[in-house]
Amino acid sequence: MHHHLILRVITKLLVGTIILFAFYVQFHGDFSPGGGFQAGVIMAVAFILYGLVFGLNHVQRVLPPWVVHKMLALGVLIYAGTGVWNMMLGGEFLNYNIFSPLHPSHGQHSGILYVELGVGITVTGVMVAIYYAFAGRRPFIGDDDW
Amino acid sequence: MTLLIDILSWVCILGGVFFTVVGGIGLLRFPDFWSRLHAVSVSDSAGMLLFIFGMCLQAGFTLVTVKLILIGFFMFITGPTATHAIANAALVTGLRPPVADDLKEDDAA
Repeated sequence: MHHHLILRVITKLLVGTIILFAFYVQFHGDFSPGGGFQAGVIMAVAFILYGLVFGLNHVQRVLPPWVVHKMLALGVLIYAGTGVWNMMLGGEFLNYNIFSPLHPSHGQHSGILYVELGVGITVTGVMVAIYYAFAGRRPFIGDDDW
Repeated sequence: MTLLIDILSWVCILGGVFFTVVGGIGLLRFPDFWSRLHAVSVSDSAGMLLFIFGMCLQAGFTLVTVKLILIGFFMFITGPTATHAIANAALVTGLRPPVADDLKEDDAA
């Protein structure tokens, strides 16, 4: 029987729920408290919890460091790309009304969704990258010493 | 009926306040790590459940009650797990519970 059995069972129960809650906060952000920043942190917490309990190499098999580094740039690209897309359609930078000229409020709904998606991806990437940077150092208590 | 539900929910919430405050006093006043951990973890679970139940009674049959039940479910799982992790880490790094004097010979024999 493994020493960390209780923690592992509870973590397996929780990780999926945390990711589901992150998506709820992400896509419910324009109606209720929440949005890209909070959802990104909650999403990163799922990966950090998995990494804390199962070890760094297990979580890096799920989310390799090169993917995390690409996520950092991808989120900013989505955010700025939404603004540039608005300019291409003939409006100002990040003027969402231009997405749907007949119903400006619909355009604002979709615009805020794209921007929040970019923010969420970048925040997830930053949080997980900081965790990888700290956890990649040599541990004080090895896993076999327990 | 409304009065009955109000009284019941306030009894639950005040019971939760009692358990949480007692746990906080135990955390401050008990002498060593193990008794402090015991005081705050056990009473916190009881207080949390009473709080959630009292707030469910106030909310009635709404979506808020469903969310409260979910919160209560996950806190009921994660609280004892966190206590287990803390106690486990303390035990592994060498902290032992103090043994009473009349039990010490028993332990040595």
